[in-house]
Amino acid sequence: MKLPAFDYATPTSIGEAVALLAAGDGSARPLSGGQTLMPLLAFRLTAPSLLVDLRGIPGLDAVEIGEAGTRLGARVRWCDIEAHAGLAAAQPLLVAMIGHVAHYQIRKRGTLGGSMAHADPAAEMPGVAVACDGVLHLVGAGGARDVAARDFFLGPLTTALAADELIVGITLPAWPHGRRWGFQEFARRRGDFALAGVAVHYDEVGGRAVGAHVAVIGACSAPHRVAAAEALLEGSAVTSALAAEVGRAVAASVSPPEDIHATAAYRRSLAGTLAERALAAAGGLA
Amino acid sequence: MNAPLRGPGNNFVGQSVERLEDMRLLRGQGLFTDDVSRPGLVHAAILRSTVAHGWLRGVDSAAALALPGVVAVITAATMGAKVPAIPMRLAPLDELEPYWQPVIAADKVRYVGEPIAVVLAESAAIAEDALELLVAEIEALPPVVDTATALADGTLLFEAQGTNLAVLYTAQKGEAQAEFPGAYVRREKMDTQRHTATTMETRGLLAEWDATTEVLRIHGASKVPFASRGMLAKQMGLPETSIEMIEVDVGGGFGMRGEFYPEDFLVPFAAKHCGRPVKWIEDRREHLLACNHAREFDCDLELVCSREGDILALRGTVNGNMGAYMRANVAVAPRNVGQFLSGPYAVPNVHVEVRALLTNKTPTGTYRGPGRFEADFFRERLLDLAADDLGIDRVAFRRRNLVKMAEMPYPLATVTPPKKEEKLDSGDYVMTMDLALAELDWDAKLPLQGKLIDGRYHGLGVACFIEGGAAGPRERARVELVEDGTVAVYVGSTLVGQGLETVMTQIAADAMECSMDTIRFFHGSTTYVSEGFGSFHSRSTVMGGSAILLAIEELRQRMREAAAARLGCKAEAVRLEEGRAVAPGGGALSWAELATAGLSGDGVFHNHTHTYAYGAHACHVAVDPRSGHVEVVDYVAVEDVGRMINPLALQGQIVGAVVQGLGGVFLEHLVYDAEGQLLTGSFADYLLPTATDYRSIRAVAMGVHTGAVGPLGAKGAGEGGIIPVGGCIANAVAAAFSGKVQPMSLPLSPSRLWAMIEAAG
Repeated sequence: MKLPAFDYATPTSIGEAVALLAAGDGSARPLSGGQTLMPLLAFRLTAPSLLVDLRGIPGLDAVEIGEAGTRLGARVRWCDIEAHAGLAAAQPLLVAMIGHVAHYQIRKRGTLGGSMAHADPAAEMPGVAVACDGVLHLVGAGGARDVAARDFFLGPLTTALAADELIVGITLPAWPHGRRWGFQEFARRRGDFALAGVAVHYDEVGGRAVGAHVAVIGACSAPHRVAAAEALLEGSAVTSALAAEVGRAVAASVSPPEDIHATAAYRRSLAGTLAERALAAAGGLA
Repeated sequence: MNAPLRGPGNNFVGQSVERLEDMRLLRGQGLFTDDVSRPGLVHAAILRSTVAHGWLRGVDSAAALALPGVVAVITAATMGAKVPAIPMRLAPLDELEPYWQPVIAADKVRYVGEPIAVVLAESAAIAEDALELLVAEIEALPPVVDTATALADGTLLFEAQGTNLAVLYTAQKGEAQAEFPGAYVRREKMDTQRHTATTMETRGLLAEWDATTEVLRIHGASKVPFASRGMLAKQMGLPETSIEMIEVDVGGGFGMRGEFYPEDFLVPFAAKHCGRPVKWIEDRREHLLACNHAREFDCDLELVCSREGDILALRGTVNGNMGAYMRANVAVAPRNVGQFLSGPYAVPNVHVEVRALLTNKTPTGTYRGPGRFEADFFRERLLDLAADDLGIDRVAFRRRNLVKMAEMPYPLATVTPPKKEEKLDSGDYVMTMDLALAELDWDAKLPLQGKLIDGRYHGLGVACFIEGGAAGPRERARVELVEDGTVAVYVGSTLVGQGLETVMTQIAADAMECSMDTIRFFHGSTTYVSEGFGSFHSRSTVMGGSAILLAIEELRQRMREAAAARLGCKAEAVRLEEGRAVAPGGGALSWAELATAGLSGDGVFHNHTHTYAYGAHACHVAVDPRSGHVEVVDYVAVEDVGRMINPLALQGQIVGAVVQGLGGVFLEHLVYDAEGQLLTGSFADYLLPTATDYRSIRAVAMGVHTGAVGPLGAKGAGEGGIIPVGGCIANAVAAAFSGKVQPMSLPLSPSRLWAMIEAAG
């Protein structure tokens, strides 16, 4: 499990990094926290000609909480999110979901940009991006562009990112005070990839849910919102019966993968259960 | 090091002395194989078969040899006419020799992971680069993956043998196949899944050939260095005295480490072949593929009872999926499944046939509690099912059938071949069960059972076990009085992380009547004693400890004689105190002064019977029926080991073993697909229990009913904690669902358990 040979560069600007990626003609890869890329290299499942290490680029680890939303740099680590004084209030769902990411050592190195670029369907950060209507900021050889999270995650390990593009950050819209939310995840051990996870949030207006969001990770090929479940929730009072109904809608909508850890039927049922429980938690029923 | 304790009568034995090993290891001062280096070192990497079954037509190494930094490529062709094979170390049979594993594939590959070639290179990375350039031409054959396919003999692993059934072991006692008119019979099929010991440190070896002195020195020997030396000497055509096996620190043994593997020949051979020191460090993917697997058994068993609840007979068949070859200690688990099926219960009639079947999977060996974990799961499940059917409380049913003190020694079934008679030695089996129940607060928790509380069903489980330890035939120790007044103790037992250094030092210090830091302890390496039998079958304390006592007895006699000669008195009159030998007249010599006479003692302890530590586990689980998640709310393990040398170390062993057992119950599974490919090639997919997964485990260790082997009264211990975990947890899960869910297979993964709960409605 020794790494294959590759060239290595530490650019000091985004422009320089993008130029290196472009020159690599598809065989150069950015290196951020390395918590996925390094094992892939060790297993020799990938053999890039050049690793473009982003650690020398200033500013990518910034967290800015503003009126319009929260902007997080691509090299913000999980431990930065956990330790940040303002994020728990500004983006409570983000903090809750990131609490499920891996283990202490990995959280010290893993970054949100790396996780989103890798796009594991069971990963939490892509789920946060989708559940919170995040917008990803990309920079490539052809310039900068913003892509909504819902258009970014296309399938297992597949995104809208071009080979010469970098994720430089993500903006999550402002989270209004009093928004109700819940997140439930189930993994075989704490910190493992989720067999399924469901995030729910809505604003409560006159005792009814407005702006319903129900998003699934794990039991799917890419994190996504479940329109049928959101339609049930929108405009309704949150009750146990509704939570069960939303759970059934989520279960009916997902097409989970099957692997050595769980059958598709199990994951489907689990997604429904977790949706029901997440909504119950959001509604203060649990 | 913590300050040596001084108890009354110099009783270190029985004290919770902190492990002498720990400070060194915790401070990073351990010496592991990969810490050892040599000038001119070359690194080995091993090309392994990616095909489960096939004809090996050739290996093209031209491109690999052309890579700068590659020193050599070794294949079967390098070894000449005959490729050596790995002999069976335990329970060998002549008729099994055709199934021995060749150290490298010559004409056929029989499992994914089988060595095909060894690359030697200037760095490990270059060696791995070269692996990608080697081309093995393999003509694939249909793989045999499960025992049903193996039994059908449609595809044979060894064509010349005409069968995939390597050997049939029989456990026999009484007349189990007789008719039992009017009796109750419960027949069930059950299985345990393939998993194994995945140690923190993978395997590794460093071998160097000294051409001048013609000595082969091997760092990384473990568990049974003398046995491995004997095998290697024969394979290499060297006298045993030309091979030095050096023990270093190891990150876990558990039965897996230190048996003779293909690499144990290939790495020394490579060193002699290329004339440079060779290091091989197994990587994690290799470890999961190449180290001995274990535990894959399925059974079809019948338990026969009287209507009043007396067990009358246990009978049936068990299939062992042994993998592709009969490796060094492969016989242990299938023999033990037959041997331990009756466990601590009085079963007058036993007839169990255990088939050791060859399949295209990684060969198997022992893993902590080999055969016993499996057998306990089968038996303890059957007992609960039978008790339910008979309308008898499962605790009362066990109490009725546990072997009573008055019945000791109690004969177990005799396992053949080779024929071995066994009997339980001593113990109050009901006492440990009652204690486990009391510790769990069984009666108070019973009303929770079967209830849905906050979305989870609660259940209680109990399971009993016997352990088995102190394997013979003998162990050897040597003690020497050193010039500085310390006592050097050499023993043939090995350190595999079990606390050997501490336990043996406690025993030696008591016998020498000195403080623990007067003892210097040396173990394992073939350079220390003339023979040694190693550490397996929970034997080191009983066997090595007894040998130390004998050696010290001899040393002390010599010390008295030497002191008497110089002090002018009779030897019997000399009083040995710590650091001094005192004559009746008041004259005295220090141990340092005595040491100039070159005093030593040798001890050989012979033994052909086994000790049986025993106990019971009880647990409380809460099951989320919608996720299939099982929380182990409380878990109590009680074990009587005859005499405790170090209660702290023992409790650590028990808790650790329970956690390993829970890993086997819920998480660990070496999954193969239909083509014989291992799907769990990393720790992302092979799930181990971590420190936070099972937090409520309590061990109650005791030394009440002493063993009959050796002067210590101790019984072999350290494996017991893993043995009954499967049955205990599965019984609790079944009880949580009031018997509507009956686990018959491990592991109890959430997905599998959820499906069972759904099916039960």
